[in-house]
Amino acid sequence: MTSGMRIGVVTFPGSLDDRDAARAVRIAGGEAVALWHADADLHGVDGVVLPGGFSYGDYLRCGAIARFAPVMTPLIDAAKGGLPILGICNGFQVLCESHLLPGALVRNDHLHFICRDQKLRIESNSTAWTSDFEVGQEIVIPLKNGEGGYVADDKTLDQLEGDGRVIARYLDINPNGSRRDIAGITNERGNVVGLMPHPEHAVEALTGPTTDGLGFFTSVLTSLVNR
Amino acid sequence: MSRHVDTVIDAAANPDTSQPFAELGLKPDEYQQIREILGRRPTSAELAMYSVMWSEHCSYKSSKVHLRQFGDKKPETDALLVGIGENAGVVDIGDGWAVTFKVESHNHPSYVEPYQGAATGIGGIVRDILSMGARPVAVMDPLRFGAADHPDTRRVLPGVVAGIGGYGNCLGLPNIGGEVVFDSSYQGNPLVNALCVGTMRHEDIHLASAKGVGNLVVLYGAKTGGDGIGGVSVLASETFDEGGPAKRPSVQVGDPFMEKLLIECTLEVLHAGLVEGIQDLGGAGISCATSELASNGEGGMHVRLDAVPLRDATLTPEEILMSESQERMCAVVTPEKIDAFLAICRKWDVTADVIGEVTSTGRLVIEWHGEIIVDVPPRTVAHDGPVYNRPLARPDWQDDLIASGTSDLPRPASAIEIRDSIMTMVGSPNLAAKTWITSQYDRYVLGNTVLAQPEDSGMVRVDEVTGRGVAVSTDCNGRFAKLDPYNGAKLALAEAYRNVAATGAAPLAVTNCLNFGSPEDPAVMWQFSEAVRGLADGCLELGTPVTGGNVSFYNQTGETAIHPTPVVGVLGVIEDVTKRTPMGFGAAGDVVLLLGETRDELDGSEWAHVVHSHLGGVPPQVDLAAEMRLAEVLVELGGSGALTAAHDLSDGGVAQALVEMALRRGVGASITLPADVDAFVTLFSESTARVIVTASPANADTVMSAATSAGVVVTALGSVGNLGDDLVIENVAADSVRLSLAELSQAAEATLPALFG
Repeated sequence: MTSGMRIGVVTFPGSLDDRDAARAVRIAGGEAVALWHADADLHGVDGVVLPGGFSYGDYLRCGAIARFAPVMTPLIDAAKGGLPILGICNGFQVLCESHLLPGALVRNDHLHFICRDQKLRIESNSTAWTSDFEVGQEIVIPLKNGEGGYVADDKTLDQLEGDGRVIARYLDINPNGSRRDIAGITNERGNVVGLMPHPEHAVEALTGPTTDGLGFFTSVLTSLVNR
Repeated sequence: MSRHVDTVIDAAANPDTSQPFAELGLKPDEYQQIREILGRRPTSAELAMYSVMWSEHCSYKSSKVHLRQFGDKKPETDALLVGIGENAGVVDIGDGWAVTFKVESHNHPSYVEPYQGAATGIGGIVRDILSMGARPVAVMDPLRFGAADHPDTRRVLPGVVAGIGGYGNCLGLPNIGGEVVFDSSYQGNPLVNALCVGTMRHEDIHLASAKGVGNLVVLYGAKTGGDGIGGVSVLASETFDEGGPAKRPSVQVGDPFMEKLLIECTLEVLHAGLVEGIQDLGGAGISCATSELASNGEGGMHVRLDAVPLRDATLTPEEILMSESQERMCAVVTPEKIDAFLAICRKWDVTADVIGEVTSTGRLVIEWHGEIIVDVPPRTVAHDGPVYNRPLARPDWQDDLIASGTSDLPRPASAIEIRDSIMTMVGSPNLAAKTWITSQYDRYVLGNTVLAQPEDSGMVRVDEVTGRGVAVSTDCNGRFAKLDPYNGAKLALAEAYRNVAATGAAPLAVTNCLNFGSPEDPAVMWQFSEAVRGLADGCLELGTPVTGGNVSFYNQTGETAIHPTPVVGVLGVIEDVTKRTPMGFGAAGDVVLLLGETRDELDGSEWAHVVHSHLGGVPPQVDLAAEMRLAEVLVELGGSGALTAAHDLSDGGVAQALVEMALRRGVGASITLPADVDAFVTLFSESTARVIVTASPANADTVMSAATSAGVVVTALGSVGNLGDDLVIENVAADSVRLSLAELSQAAEATLPALFG
């Protein structure tokens, strides 16, 4: 059953989890639309996923070059107009570099790449990408990053917390030194979400630790239908 | 530039010019052979080409006469679509799908520069798979290091692991398994092997040949630089001497981002039907690619070396020919399709240049700014290199080694002693959890990983609709191979075969990476010949053909060679990956069964190694017929859903397997050893052809009768407990051993972080 909603997945040079994100969109009931970094056109999609990977080899700084890709021009405009956008891992880094989200992602405090099944607590369900969760719900999805430590100044962090814009927090262990255990945040409007762990790798019992990640993709389809 | 280039005309005019063939790794008689082939002295560019292509690494000159057995003893099979000799073998896995897989060594570079050595090892094997037309879908790394607590291991291991992760993660390939073994025999020669699996439809298979006179030769990917020059001849084909100069300049530097672009670009040009022949550039760089393509095709090629895009404009033609710069490929394209080919390269921001064309001359001719610097029959470079039947001799110490078994070693007798032995072994470096290493690898990317480390084999889904998939395991016990290279190779094969079957996949084909000392040592050459003979005999008996592989010689420091280490990779097919059998205890009440016979076989065991630092005696008996019966039972029961778990018994025996099954999902078990057996032998022997399985009580009879009717001995061991329950073993010297999962987990998980964290 499909919702008729079309969710774009951007491929930058060096994107790696674009196929996974497209699969997750399909399993959730949406239509996945491939968007190419060099094409300054969103092709009328109803939402966009910026997938994980190492865009431009993470050279210079994670997400810093991808931020200037032609596709980002219409995407930044659309984000400001309320289009649902989810940045996962490298996509989160691109959103921060684009100033659609505050703060930055830095090298893990233990200096190693880490891949693990990570427990999270959902802190907000008033975003386009988390509406199908309960606040306080605990989920387990894969985390895999080398530069996943979320940092921002205290004032920004206080503001994020005060506005309910921290959408997920690490439980049990903080895997990368993120300040205040922050795993994901949203913008003021709640349409742009950045998340360091990978919900697209937890959409099938066969290949994921759980199917908890599916909620992010069903959320956006639900919120689009209810719009 | 004013530098004089040595041309073919110069070579004919000045036949007596002295040439540095020895420095390039060629022996005097090999140099003489080149002069005879050419009827003159080689130019310096030709000398460079022959020296790299005739190196041990590229030419297999010491191993060829032995490796022929893999073809001569090939079992009857319909599975092999492309056999030995191509970049990688290809097997038919059904439904029109084909899989290619291969393992290669990058041992020497990884010792010199662990991060880049290991990283480019991944890069090289991935391009081998790609050049067959397949999409790379997974990697694995069989690794061997020196003693875990040796200071140099602390230098090498973290770098190797970071290199594998840094390259593989950035490339977007899941790392689904491998091995990590510590043994002081690898102290000066760590083994860094890399395996890649690729999938494709049958019609997408491509080969390395330059067919069609007038077709264009395109070099695409990274620009050529000065890295890795002479890597094959200087690095891979010489023994390291202590106190010798550091060889860092010969190690290549990898750029995984470029490799990712190269993968996507290559698959797009292949699927668009724009390629006649394709070859990756690895060891020996352009020398290898041009000579192999020409030799496999029409036989002639004309190359303009000055058209090769360079990172460093000062490179000489000889250096360009020998450079091992990474992330490069060579394709043969018809003139009509060249524009379309180049357009796809531009789309992916991949540099591509036409550097030559296919000719009918039967010669590989290379020019440099209008002057001919190479004019050779390509076959003499690529395929007809020297072949050595090196002397081999069973070492004089072999008898003493075999005579020194474990029967005199003190064995733990009481339950307390056995408990101590279990705890010591659980935390020993070889048996301890490898989480610290494997958590640095992405196992999720691509979304098709069904099983990954520490499961018995890595498994990926190939077809998302039907669920058809493949499982791969690599194994080798170097201690067994040292005691008996012939049976050691068979034991490595048997273990990998069993690991694949344990997950429910039917073993289909074999690859190998044969890591040995110097072929110039008759004792090493004997070990090698015995291991090849054992592996070829074993593959014939099991019906699993060898599809390809790699030989790595000169893994020795001074006079001391590593343990002979024939790493064997087995690939199996599973029709529906949702039916795979995992390794961990699951539901409470499941019946725990031991399949296979346990004998008193402790020589060369992990127990002897950990507790007594002892190596001697006769390794466990190999019974490939029993392995086949066991595998059939495992595949049949796995496919029918009768098994809830299965775990191979190897290093550390039953005790270690029970611990691993319990720790996998944090579920204990209640085990009762049979009354009439020696508890120590039952728990620590490493007899082969055994697995522990679990089944629901409702299915237990089905499992037992299936095993029994296949001639596999079944022993009931007990039942699975609840989440968090202890692992309890009753009937241990009239007492019981109780192990809490917390203490087991602590012992297993703490070791590697304490050493390397």
